[in-house]
Amino acid sequence: MFTENMLESIKKVEASRAARMQTEPRRMTAEEKSELLKAYHPDYRAEGFAEIKIGPNKGQKAPLELAQLLHSNSRLLNENINLDNPAYDVDVLVIGGGGAGASAAIEAHEAGANVMIVTKLRIGDANTMMAEGGIQAADKPNDSPVQHYLDAFGGGHFAARPELLRRLVMEAPDAIRWLNELGVMFDKEEDGTMVTTHGGGTSRKRMHACKDYSGAEIMRTVRDEVINRQIPVVEFTSAVELIKDDKGQVAGAVLLNMETGDYLVAKAKTVIIATGGAGRLHYQGFPTSNHYGATADGLVLGYRAGAPLLYQDTIQYHPTGVAYPSQIFGALVTEKVRSLGAMLVNKDGEAYAHPLETRDVSASAIIRECANGKGVDTPLGSGVWLDTPMIEILGGEGTIEKRIPAMLRMYLNYGIDMRKVPILVYPTLHYQNGGLEIGGEGFTKAIPNLLVAGEAVGGIHGRNRLMGNSLLDIIVFGRNAGKAAAAKAKTVTLGKPNLDHIQAYAKELEQAGLNETGVSPLLLPKYARHEK
Amino acid sequence: MENLVNVYFFGKRYQVPGDLTIMTAMEYAGYTLTRGCGCRHGFCGACATIYRIKGCNELKTCLACQTQVQEGMYIASIPFFPTDKRAYEIKDLKPNQQVMMELYPEIYSCIGCNACTKACTQSLNVMQYIAYAQRGELEKCAEESFDCVSCGCCSVRCPAEISHPMVGLLARRLVGKYVAPESAHVYDRVGEINRGEYDALIEQVMQKPISEMQELYNTRDIEK
Repeated sequence: MFTENMLESIKKVEASRAARMQTEPRRMTAEEKSELLKAYHPDYRAEGFAEIKIGPNKGQKAPLELAQLLHSNSRLLNENINLDNPAYDVDVLVIGGGGAGASAAIEAHEAGANVMIVTKLRIGDANTMMAEGGIQAADKPNDSPVQHYLDAFGGGHFAARPELLRRLVMEAPDAIRWLNELGVMFDKEEDGTMVTTHGGGTSRKRMHACKDYSGAEIMRTVRDEVINRQIPVVEFTSAVELIKDDKGQVAGAVLLNMETGDYLVAKAKTVIIATGGAGRLHYQGFPTSNHYGATADGLVLGYRAGAPLLYQDTIQYHPTGVAYPSQIFGALVTEKVRSLGAMLVNKDGEAYAHPLETRDVSASAIIRECANGKGVDTPLGSGVWLDTPMIEILGGEGTIEKRIPAMLRMYLNYGIDMRKVPILVYPTLHYQNGGLEIGGEGFTKAIPNLLVAGEAVGGIHGRNRLMGNSLLDIIVFGRNAGKAAAAKAKTVTLGKPNLDHIQAYAKELEQAGLNETGVSPLLLPKYARHEK
Repeated sequence: MENLVNVYFFGKRYQVPGDLTIMTAMEYAGYTLTRGCGCRHGFCGACATIYRIKGCNELKTCLACQTQVQEGMYIASIPFFPTDKRAYEIKDLKPNQQVMMELYPEIYSCIGCNACTKACTQSLNVMQYIAYAQRGELEKCAEESFDCVSCGCCSVRCPAEISHPMVGLLARRLVGKYVAPESAHVYDRVGEINRGEYDALIEQVMQKPISEMQELYNTRDIEK
């Protein structure tokens, strides 16, 4: 399956393997990391960003593609929606059917609220399902929530909101307990001790996993729980705009049936935006590891209604996306491959960096190698080697099949046996570090009764996220949002509903001289050949 | 000129580049997907697909996002399949054979045809995990079914009308909750946190100036 030049390079990787395995590559100093990021991380490429012209974050930067959506009008601008005859009337409306949305719905239901989920694809069609490597929690004797805080705070360049990060680390062990009691099958030793490994930038082995189907195992369990509880899930139905009332509170959402094109109204006392990420916007032309619906819809909905964003200009490129073969270009190769011992190696067989630097540093170093002629040419660009046969040497024969079966299967589909040969990787657009700003209880500060959970939140991780802290945040902040929304709903009295903010936004756009012809949110990427 | 192949979506012929997957070939042909497309990387099971190569008798099942097109493929996606999930309260169940008998009695109608295993897009031994479920060997059932993505191809082909993914899911939840050994260290830490044992420490670290945090971070010891 490999090309001639790849086979030539593999010989060098094999030749240097024994010597490389004798020494652990040096970790970079803080100064080296800072210089590398400035020179090679896509967040530092000015041409990938535009200034936001209107709204709460006016004057700040956003990726071009996100700015374009923020500068677009609502698809409801010229529609006449009757808000007085809602199809649904609930205490808690959850927008999004991923891990955060499902966790929120379970906790809201547990608290006795009348809760429903709307999702534009199916429940579980979400980045949660695709998270492979694991979930962090400081629950071993040599570890503590304070150590977890330090790792995440430093890894995120000291920009995380302390009140959010505190919640993340302090509630992590309980998140693991909750999932385990729901029936998630974590990897365990015979005595019940959870098997934990390192992730990039962790100082303790606190990565809990379910083979390399960690997110899938969590998602299918919480989805099953949602269904068992008979919580209404309206699939193939997008929220296309928030509804507010005459007191400025959120009052529900306008929904679009993705199959029939009908609009529906959901009235709600509280709304939780759990719409996930933005990989399908393909910032700076990158491929993505994200699911089909990752188009930043919640950010657009919230922003148009007046909720500010935070760190919308920081994006996570996962260092190891598939660079070859082209059929799976951009797919995630879990960080766990490196946790299990595989090194990153350039064209000449050199281990040019420590394999477990933080993701932004690791990605930048790969981009640097490829920019300086140290990458291996591929039909779609270039990449560096991830020396997977090392895993079998270190952990014994069968380790790959036992610990990372999804990776093995994905490559075997294309005739590549990662137990015997290394694989080619290049950074892939993976995670939106920023999002809507919330306080410690999950509420937006600008719009009463509007909450956000999961990847749509900004500020939990700062300007870079550590592996395993996202599966954690969707559970911690999802659960919290569900509890908080259910409690809040008891005290809410709704006024007269309106969509006035859509008209006001249109006016602002006009005054700023912006005349984007498209509408937002995007809902689905345009992949059909005639739409591109 | 790139290598083009002939494929047939729902019986209609399109010429598409031969290095595409079924999913990207549909988009190349002009389809805007809503159903039958989820994670696009082989984890969610949204894109269950059935196909036959022109001139061959064999009917195959696959995930559209993980399968390369071939010349003469007749392709139909399965946008939805009504698998039959039974509702239960996990906390009221016991991890035994009785549970399977009560919730999924149809597994005992298995005729051993192995069509489920043949249809599995993940190459799992589906009939074997159903056999484990019949015998109440929940751990084995959970392990054997672990990589299931619930695409439902097995259930489409099953003459006994079993909803295999739901059986595996139940077994895994029972094993995760009841059968697997309890993790004492998780409960210990939750208890310590609930008793407030970390409150002062975390408060302290939250108040530290950035320069001090940088120093702490850059000099922290890293477990080998």
